[in-house]
Amino acid sequence: MENLINKLQDMFAVKDVQDSKKNQILLTVKASKVPALLSFLKEFEGFKVLVMISSVDWIEIGKFQLSYIVNDPDKKNDLIIRAFISRKEASMISIHSLWGHASTFQREIKEMYGIDFPGSPRVDEPFLLEGWDDTPPMRRDFDTKKYSEETFFPRPGRESNDPAEYMKKRLYPDEK
Amino acid sequence: MDIVKKIGFVLLGLFIVLNWGLLMAGIMRKIIARVSMRRGIKIFQPYINLIKNYSIRSQLTHGIMFYLGPVFRLSGGVGIFLFMPMIYGSDIWNNFSFTGDLILIAYFMFFGMLGMALGAGEGGHPYSAIGISRGLAQFTAIELPLTLAILSIAIQYQSLSITEIVAAQQGSILNWTLFTNPLATGAAMISFLGAMGHSPFNVVMAPQENPVGPPTEYHGTFLGVLQTNRAILHVVEAVLYMNLFFGGANNWIELIVKTFFIYFWSVFVGMVFPRFRVDQSIPWLLKLPVLIGVAAIIVFIV
Amino acid sequence: MTEELKDNNIEQVEDKFLAPENRKHTVTGPEGEIIHVDPLQDYYCNERPKAEDPRNKIVEKFLNWARAESLWVLGFGTGCGSIEIPPLLSPRFDAYRFGVAMRATPRQSSVIIISGYLAVKTLKRVIRSYEQMQNPKFVIALGSCTINGGMYWDSYNTINRLDYYLPVDVYVAGCMPRPEAILAAFDKLKTRIKEGRAEGANEYVEKFDWYKANQKKVIKNWNMPDYNW
Repeated sequence: MENLINKLQDMFAVKDVQDSKKNQILLTVKASKVPALLSFLKEFEGFKVLVMISSVDWIEIGKFQLSYIVNDPDKKNDLIIRAFISRKEASMISIHSLWGHASTFQREIKEMYGIDFPGSPRVDEPFLLEGWDDTPPMRRDFDTKKYSEETFFPRPGRESNDPAEYMKKRLYPDEK
Repeated sequence: MDIVKKIGFVLLGLFIVLNWGLLMAGIMRKIIARVSMRRGIKIFQPYINLIKNYSIRSQLTHGIMFYLGPVFRLSGGVGIFLFMPMIYGSDIWNNFSFTGDLILIAYFMFFGMLGMALGAGEGGHPYSAIGISRGLAQFTAIELPLTLAILSIAIQYQSLSITEIVAAQQGSILNWTLFTNPLATGAAMISFLGAMGHSPFNVVMAPQENPVGPPTEYHGTFLGVLQTNRAILHVVEAVLYMNLFFGGANNWIELIVKTFFIYFWSVFVGMVFPRFRVDQSIPWLLKLPVLIGVAAIIVFIV
Repeated sequence: MTEELKDNNIEQVEDKFLAPENRKHTVTGPEGEIIHVDPLQDYYCNERPKAEDPRNKIVEKFLNWARAESLWVLGFGTGCGSIEIPPLLSPRFDAYRFGVAMRATPRQSSVIIISGYLAVKTLKRVIRSYEQMQNPKFVIALGSCTINGGMYWDSYNTINRLDYYLPVDVYVAGCMPRPEAILAAFDKLKTRIKEGRAEGANEYVEKFDWYKANQKKVIKNWNMPDYNW
């Protein structure tokens, strides 16, 4: 893994390399270099399996994080490749030509976060939410509680507490 | 003999057969449940299901043939009953049997299936069509050993009348076709497994399968008619086998005991063996049972 | 030519949720004749449901007994609770002895178990299955999610109250209720049916417009007829 990381730092200028756990390394790369990095890993370094693509909404810095998890089944190594894209014009290069099933992940991310993947097959079709016409629900500026209360006829009489406050009051009633 | 009295006794016989069929279905389900360590349904559950199905309030139809499907099926079952001598040596209980009734009964056995095929086809459900084509394909394979066995018996007794075949088996237990023609009996009993709709040949009717088989769209009274027919058909087919291979019955008690054990044979095998898929069951049926059936014919020709 | 294109476009905007095979289209017959097909009109029935009144008292009491003792359940799992149904039929719980059996088709079944959380996408399928069931039909709602949303109460995609979309006969509280609780629910349902109070199907017909309005509020791509049996 050490050799590989050095090579990647040379070739693709990866930064923020962290060992998250055994045989698993996190690294960050510029969004435009993701397809080149992934195809290099797939063709030359044996990371043959795309485990998943996921996304995180960093609303504070105005960015989306995309995480590509790839796996080397022979050496049992994992790489998590993070890339940041702008939240305003959320668009990313599709990698469906490297792994066919990437198009499904991209379809889901398109629906849940509104990140576009131009050229990915069937990316505009509904995946889980049929006929959704609101803000993509996984974006953090979408208020799911408000939406639920407006849409789904909440049953009156339900109490809810902030878990942290509630447990603090229950477990440590004396502390202020 | 007065024809009105005759019809009255036929209807009474049909009533007895229907009740025995429902009760036998309950008993068999109970036995199956006990084998798999369950308490199982109530014995009278088939009756309750029947009443419930006849009391469904709203029903819908897909056309004339959809109506006629269950009617054809029922007329297949009742048709076999009408021409089947139930009790040997009794004028009242031999129904409308006549010389050559064996051919007619073999025809009636297929008749119901064809009616169902037309009806379920009009149901419009795509899985009905799949279910019915699988069912018909398998039923054709099931019929083949039985037909060979019937031919063998016809050659053996030189008769196509069930009454005469039963008469030839009277006297001693060793006169039964079971002992005089074991090859034909073997082929027919394997075919019986398929006809009764128990494992290993029940994949076409299994509710766990994606179609419930042909009756996917049938509900309420339609399904009630199908269930009624099923109860009648099971008893009547067991009676056919009893008449052909096990010496017939001299009274109702003997008939009930013999049909119970004949039906139990299919349940017994069903509990022991898992299901065949259709593409496994048809080749299986076309190999060994057909060979036995052909052997049974050759033995009597040579 | 342009007129035609324009028409097609308008239709496509209207039917943007329709599957391609359900759009209006033309079929060429064997002798070259052209047949216009509107699948929503031709393949489904657009009629409103009708209420079926109970028969006279004594007969109905007997029939209700039969209906209660023979509950055929539609094998349709909607959420996590559907994993509690298979043990129900296993030797340990053995629901068969209460006359409960599973059927694979909505036409033949009289009970639908909404097992746990109900996503909007599933709700659409549930409504279709429910409407295809025949008149004396009963709904058992399993788990807290069907009562007030449970742990998914603020989710963007899970309904909160089932009784706004379907007439519910028996609720089972818990997350998840164990198979014993489901057996108890069947028992409760039986007493309800025997007392003649389980008239959910007729209730659905009477408040049809209200139910449809609620359903259409959450199901945004409503691309089926209003009542599809």
